[in-house]
Amino acid sequence: MHRFSRGLAAVFTAAFVAFPTFGLAQQTAPSPSPSPGPTPGPGAISVPFADPYPSTYAPFPSRATLIRNATILTAAGPAIHNGSILIRNGKIAAVGDAGAPADGVVVIDARGKYVTPGIIDIHSHMGDYPAPGVSAHSDGNEATNPNTANVWAEHSVWPQDPQFPRALAGGVTTVQILPGSANLIGGRSAILKVVPARTVQAMKFPGARYGLKMACGENPKRVYAGRGPSTRMGNMAGYRAAWIAAEAYKRRWDAWNASHKGDPPARDLTLESLAEALRGDIYVHMHCYRADEMAQVIDMSHEFGYKVRAFHHAIEAYKIADLLAKEGIAATMWADWGGFKMEALDTVRANIGLVDAAGVRATIHSDDASGVQRLNQEVAKAMFAAKRAGLPVTEDVAIKWMTINAAYSLGLDDRTGSLEVGKNADLVLWDGDPFSVYTHAEKTWIDGALLYDRDDPQQNWKTDFELGYVRSAVRK
Amino acid sequence: MTCAALAALLGTTALARAETVAITGGTVYPVSGPKIAGGTVVIRDGRITAVGANVAIPAGARRIDARGKLVTPGLINAQTVLGLVEVGGERATRNTSARGLVNADFRPWEGFFSESASIASTREDGVTTVGIFPSGGLVSGQAAAMDLADGTAAEMLRKAPVGVVATIVTGPRFTSDVDEMTAGGNDTAAGGEASQPPASRADALAALRELLEDARFYALRRARFDAGTLRGLSASRRALDALLPVVQGRESLIVEANRLDDIDAMVRFARAERIRLVIAGGAEAWKIAPRLAAAHVAVITGAMNNIPETFDTLNQRQENAALLRRAGVEVALVGNAGGGDEEAFNARNVKYEAGNAVAYGMSHDDALRAVTLGPATILGIADRVGSLAPGKDANVVVWSGDPFEFSTNVEHVFVRGREYHDRSRQDQLIERYRHLPRTNN
Repeated sequence: MHRFSRGLAAVFTAAFVAFPTFGLAQQTAPSPSPSPGPTPGPGAISVPFADPYPSTYAPFPSRATLIRNATILTAAGPAIHNGSILIRNGKIAAVGDAGAPADGVVVIDARGKYVTPGIIDIHSHMGDYPAPGVSAHSDGNEATNPNTANVWAEHSVWPQDPQFPRALAGGVTTVQILPGSANLIGGRSAILKVVPARTVQAMKFPGARYGLKMACGENPKRVYAGRGPSTRMGNMAGYRAAWIAAEAYKRRWDAWNASHKGDPPARDLTLESLAEALRGDIYVHMHCYRADEMAQVIDMSHEFGYKVRAFHHAIEAYKIADLLAKEGIAATMWADWGGFKMEALDTVRANIGLVDAAGVRATIHSDDASGVQRLNQEVAKAMFAAKRAGLPVTEDVAIKWMTINAAYSLGLDDRTGSLEVGKNADLVLWDGDPFSVYTHAEKTWIDGALLYDRDDPQQNWKTDFELGYVRSAVRK
Repeated sequence: MTCAALAALLGTTALARAETVAITGGTVYPVSGPKIAGGTVVIRDGRITAVGANVAIPAGARRIDARGKLVTPGLINAQTVLGLVEVGGERATRNTSARGLVNADFRPWEGFFSESASIASTREDGVTTVGIFPSGGLVSGQAAAMDLADGTAAEMLRKAPVGVVATIVTGPRFTSDVDEMTAGGNDTAAGGEASQPPASRADALAALRELLEDARFYALRRARFDAGTLRGLSASRRALDALLPVVQGRESLIVEANRLDDIDAMVRFARAERIRLVIAGGAEAWKIAPRLAAAHVAVITGAMNNIPETFDTLNQRQENAALLRRAGVEVALVGNAGGGDEEAFNARNVKYEAGNAVAYGMSHDDALRAVTLGPATILGIADRVGSLAPGKDANVVVWSGDPFEFSTNVEHVFVRGREYHDRSRQDQLIERYRHLPRTNN
């Protein structure tokens, strides 16, 4: 069996679904007389880019739509005033001067209004910590071991979380759902489109790479104080031990995947996630507040030859913005949360602006189902704080903090995050300047489908949970 | 210490006793009356001495040209833990709660931290007075109002108590910071004192009813209590003493309640007990807004909450404050959108709560009231702060534009007549790292 070349792994993953007879269990435990029972799946082997819980998302029905007379913040260049944008077949077909509408095109007059890319929040726990926040819904932290790289956030996501439609109503189109930060290595993230669905698979962003959540500092050492790690040096020792084990695992599997000689090594979900991070196939998203800890993690990434894709929370990123720029590591931050623990004491509102100015891909994040609804306001706070600090930040730059830079951090910047021809039509129409406290998201499109409309509350998404409990429709 | 830091230190301590200042030409929002275009506000000896369009400017007054700017009362955030919690995760810096379940006599302002770094960062964003609230237990303690002026906690105190804080939100809210120290304990009981958390909301209501009953009962029989011949009481002598102003209607009982039925039950309870009631939280208060107005029950709430976070808050919505105000309810907007330590580090963000209230239906005037005169009224300090009128203490802010907009700068902040030029800890961090060193040090 030489079917599992690395380059074609994704293809073969799809093949597993269609032709389960490729399952390795048959090979390793041959049966003299095949039983008529179900054929084993491919779960015994570890291949790069494995996708055993594939996306079943399909775009919702859409109509060609022309938005005219808008101020367009494209996140790909200067603002376009009094411009138009055409969306067709789920994609952006024209931006700037989209010309006259063809027959059957829905026309929206956006005089006085703004159009931006859909907002992307790369740090969310929606679905894993859904509302209502009852004990039965606490599905975000597998706080049973400091290393749970084996858990996948998507296996906790409740698609009926009422927080999802509220995020959509705030203009949010894509989210990364992360495991919590109790553990040194918390598990895999899920990249979701904010769409109504019966299953999480139907929310999964097709082709998105997994993220691996890791956490620095106070949280893991507090949670594991009794059994360790209980110190920052213990944290570092814990990550390093995990990478060492993962390196060996990766070598074993890479060798076997190349040759398919003999018994395959035993599959280990924890080491598999880590090995994928070492291969660069999934992105490391590391919760890290303090500048000095980020620097330690950077050294560790050199020690083991992997990349940190983004530091999350990054309260002190402004202190080492030059280092982050040199390393090409993105930073995602709050506008002004702080003070809730020692490592969050040095929050400054100019953080995002200072980091951006140093050449780092800077983004806002929410980590909060209320905050996710107002990321435009959070960016406004950060933008004006940056101006007060003397930085020449404009709306053209600030818009990137919640769109294209976030898309980059997820590796999706070729598909979403900016208003450019050919990209997914993920966009928001705002009833005014999105950096004003008084502005609402008026309409949100995902892949060209109008999924939220402030003017049509009865058509808006209401989760199963809300039926019979929540009387008013979601109207941000 | 650098020269700049030394200057800043002097700037906030040694300088500026009350001077005479005339803020001229701005659009003045007295809040207690209509706005005045091209108005003047005169401050002398810590007080506002004149407000109006045609005001004589005292000789020798320092003039502040506020043309094109807005002048408002200093903002008031009615419900915070500013000065009570410095670093949320550090137990030793948390001073919000007392040991037992009925702590009506707990006075959190006595543990206030006047050197909190959040004071300057809150003040420089235009907030000049905060309510500080205890938490934990069934009756958490007494709330107070603090001016964000320099000085010790005692000197900052605007008024205390401004109400007794209780909750009928069941579950973890009954757990105080120090419950682990006293779990099952009943160390000060004279007999019969509540030591177990209520098992349900009706149980909590019954406990509150019994407390007020015992407060009245005890007030008439102090001698018998001292002689040791009184029946057991449901709280300590001091707690019952502290509840007396409540049962006498002189002080508010501020009750955290969110569910429609809890709020309704509290309104009925307050009527039966003839007490003054303030609802804090009030997630579903909008559903009975006219009844709250009729009963003169004020509500302390936010404008960013719309998630059915618990079974108590299924129908909370961002229009809550606007609907309450429209019905005539006195409203104080506070930051309770969750995240960070909104109630300490980000007590400054109350102005954005007001902006969001406007975005969800409240008039701008009402939203300004809900962060100035509204909370002042609820906290019983409206005779001194919360509006711009002659004789009031001079807590005044000059804004470059709309106070609720992110783009607006705070240009001048006066507390008790003194102008503050803050360089908060955050400002100093930005200054330090604005230009990174060329070396790796």
